[in-house]
Amino acid sequence: MREFEYVRAGAVAEAVRLVAADRDARFLGGGTNLVDLMRLGVERPGLLVDVSGLPLDQVTETPDGGVYIGAMVRNSDVAAHPLIRERYPALAQAILDGASGQLRNMATTGGNLLQRTRCVYFTDPTKPCNKRQPGSGCSAIEGDHRNLAILGASPHCVATHPSDMAVALAALDARVDVTEPRGGMRTIPLGDLYRPLGDRPDQELTVPEGTLVTGVALPPSPLAARSRYRKVRERASYAFAIGSVAAALDTADGTVRDVRIALGAVASRPWRAHTAERILIGGPATEAAYRSAIDAELAHAQPLRDNAYKVPLVRTIVVRMLEELAG
Amino acid sequence: MSVGEAVVRIEGRDKVTGAARYAGDIPVAGFAYGWVVQSTIARGRVSSVDDGEALARPGVLAVLHHGNAPRLGEADDATLLVLQDPRVPHLGWPVALVVATTAEEAREAAATLRIEYQVESHDAAFRAEHPRMYVPDHINPTYETETVKGDVDGALATAEVVVDATYTTPAQHNNPMEPHAAVAEWHDGRLTVHDSSQGAYAVKQALTRLFSLQPDAVRVVSEHVGGGFGNKGTARPHVVLAALGAAAVDRPVRVVLTRPQLYALTGYRTPIVQRVRLGAHRDGRLVALDHLASSQTSKVLEFTEQTALISRSMYASGALRTRHRVVALDVPTPRWMRAPGESPGSFALESAIDELAIACGVDPVELRIANEPESEPASGLPFSSRNLVACLREGARRFGWSGRDPRPALRRDGRWWRGTGVAAATYPARSNPSSASVTAEDDGRFTVRVTAADIGTGARTALTQVAADALQVPMSEVTVLIADSDFGPASVAGGSSGTASWSWAVVAACRDLLAQGAAAGTTAQANTGKAVAARPDLARHAYGAHFVEVAVDPHTGEVRVPRMLGAFAVGRIVNPLTARSQLIGGMTMGLSIALLEESTMDTRFGDFVNHDLANYHVAANADIQSIEAVFVDDPDDQLNPVGVKGLGEIGIVGATAALANAVWHATGVRHRDLPIRPDRVLNATYAV
Repeated sequence: MREFEYVRAGAVAEAVRLVAADRDARFLGGGTNLVDLMRLGVERPGLLVDVSGLPLDQVTETPDGGVYIGAMVRNSDVAAHPLIRERYPALAQAILDGASGQLRNMATTGGNLLQRTRCVYFTDPTKPCNKRQPGSGCSAIEGDHRNLAILGASPHCVATHPSDMAVALAALDARVDVTEPRGGMRTIPLGDLYRPLGDRPDQELTVPEGTLVTGVALPPSPLAARSRYRKVRERASYAFAIGSVAAALDTADGTVRDVRIALGAVASRPWRAHTAERILIGGPATEAAYRSAIDAELAHAQPLRDNAYKVPLVRTIVVRMLEELAG
Repeated sequence: MSVGEAVVRIEGRDKVTGAARYAGDIPVAGFAYGWVVQSTIARGRVSSVDDGEALARPGVLAVLHHGNAPRLGEADDATLLVLQDPRVPHLGWPVALVVATTAEEAREAAATLRIEYQVESHDAAFRAEHPRMYVPDHINPTYETETVKGDVDGALATAEVVVDATYTTPAQHNNPMEPHAAVAEWHDGRLTVHDSSQGAYAVKQALTRLFSLQPDAVRVVSEHVGGGFGNKGTARPHVVLAALGAAAVDRPVRVVLTRPQLYALTGYRTPIVQRVRLGAHRDGRLVALDHLASSQTSKVLEFTEQTALISRSMYASGALRTRHRVVALDVPTPRWMRAPGESPGSFALESAIDELAIACGVDPVELRIANEPESEPASGLPFSSRNLVACLREGARRFGWSGRDPRPALRRDGRWWRGTGVAAATYPARSNPSSASVTAEDDGRFTVRVTAADIGTGARTALTQVAADALQVPMSEVTVLIADSDFGPASVAGGSSGTASWSWAVVAACRDLLAQGAAAGTTAQANTGKAVAARPDLARHAYGAHFVEVAVDPHTGEVRVPRMLGAFAVGRIVNPLTARSQLIGGMTMGLSIALLEESTMDTRFGDFVNHDLANYHVAANADIQSIEAVFVDDPDDQLNPVGVKGLGEIGIVGATAALANAVWHATGVRHRDLPIRPDRVLNATYAV
């Protein structure tokens, strides 16, 4: 393991400045992913700037009736917060479906969004991986890809984003506040934070390197109070999803007035099902309509040799969830 | 009487408070750390090792490789002959050891090594039709490769009902909680090692030969061991590397493997393809049983899992044939994993028996009872005891089996399809030669010494109970010291033979001490070698029956297990508390193997690519709902003085098949390939 320096940042500006000044620096939140990757030799930072003590640790109600989550709020605290449980239950459910109690106590909101794929070739520095070592090739396309992407993949990478929390946030129209290396502050829709998988899968985000996530804003939404999250995994707990859905639905007189659907474990980012949503809005609130809408979304799926099962799996959990939400 | 009491583990408090020290925790003055460097190719030769940069780094004491490591002597196990030649027989083979004053320095220095290879093309793709599949001389450990009784092909050709099915099980890794660790220290030509091992004496014997030492020059201690499930059964490369490193730098060296390193260095269960053919009368009575198992080994060492062994002792059949094949590939060496042979073998046999019951329209409990043998089918030996029927009857009664509708795919509960399954279990009841001593102390207490291992089983506690009874004193008067090779030869904690072997020696020593008068300061010793050898030839086995309920969602692929119940005939129960833990632990591992466990070989690299606990799934608490193990009476005076049959492994045997049989009952789909993953459940075709 490379020897590294450790600095505890007292303010956002200081943290961003420290990381901007050192190409080998990384922000350290809960460390539940970064420290693992350091032990594996995937990440070899020379400087860790610990941001977990920054004063971004509150969940607060916003004047417009939404909720703001500081980037350093621990996952357990988000899931347990009364405002989250009441107004955005899908988010609380998604977090509690992820990892273990111990990990959720450590993991931060910002770190959860930025965690790396668990593709077995990414986490093994002895194997080719375009995400870890650009140009070395993708070992997964012909190899172990049973739990990798069916949507939005490229010939260079088929990784999935492992977060449950991010899937719920995507469905709930979350916006992410960031501070960029030069100090500029921006607010980005969550869906725009992640770069589509192209020919540079190592470049995962649309913001410049050294950007710090400072918070997540959840807009007020009458829909969200009845949102839900459903995760399927190989064992009953403590496993990454093989397919998941976060959704919210508003129906009246047998018609879909509004709907949100985001899918997990199918792409390199939480996958907002815009196609399905567009088809559903204004249409009948029936199982047949749900089915044809998700089929339209999944029509773009490009499964690999061993992950085609995700198509019927996702179809089933989406249709069932919309039926439950309508019921 | 202490035997039979539910006594909590003697060392339990030390373990939960952190006071118990494992091999990687032992403080040895002035020790250095060794980091194992593994090959990144699957076959070839190391052509050069450039250690200049590594040696220049702070704290680095030595870089050992095939060109400079001390020479080793002989080994029964060629996987221990590390750093002796440039040959790379599989990916992950040790090619260097970096020794430094801290673990971090050693590891970082290792990253700077420049190792060049002459790469040769490799073959890591296992398949039953592999052209280099051959018939080995014997199977693990020393059983015959093939047995034949009667005319199997003839009987199959004329049988009224035939089941002919092929079952596959993937490679599986033991994954004990504690990774392998050792600290080795040389002093005046004597070697002392603290090792994470299931058999300190076996490790001592291996090191004695490897380092060409006198037997009294090697001491191995394994006071606490955090699990093993077979992959700490004999010496493993880490202990040899620690001793080599310590010899090279002239100070103690500690080697602790990481989780990924275990995958290539410490053993695993081979992938296996089994073809089972059953011929029967229409009423389910067998006329032919044919069991063929194909597995892999490495090019370092031939290890053939005794997969079809179970079919030699389980059911009466006029014609009976069991056969094994193996192919040597450029892969890590497979070894023992909990119930080697019986675990995968029972999945195939007990699934096939279920398929036969369905084909005959006979209840699967009754079909098994109808095929009870009078004597051991392949050998003809009489049984020392056989209470399988009692296990099936008692399990069925407690589970509520009677009245079960045998038809599949009928029971819906919302999205869940429910079903139940049964399977039988057996495991050899072994006792191996061991020695022990007992000393009457000046304060009136007694100290027992035996090179037993407690790998989490409760062996230390059980032996204390046994010794107390033999000495006719309360447990509080007896201290049992274990896992130190200086205490003399003893059997390993393996093959479910531990307590059955060690308790014999302990009882013999205690009885001898009492016979001598037990005066303070006297010691009695016992060695059971002759007594064990003098036992009559009998078929000695433990038995069990598993009953499992599953809930399957065929549209998401999820399989949940609301209920598991096992009934076991395992001789005399020394400690019902730890015995139950062993059995439900085995059942849980059987569930885990049925649904989750699978080491994924990427044949392009020759590597098990899912080499960590994030990607190799073992059952979590949430996977286990109601699970219970019960005992049936199983008196047997042909075993050992205490009447013990081991129970470390029988819990896993048959559990997997019972679960797969229940999935058939729930869905009408027969899963012959493990694990029964969501994608396999989703990809299956359902009749409704």
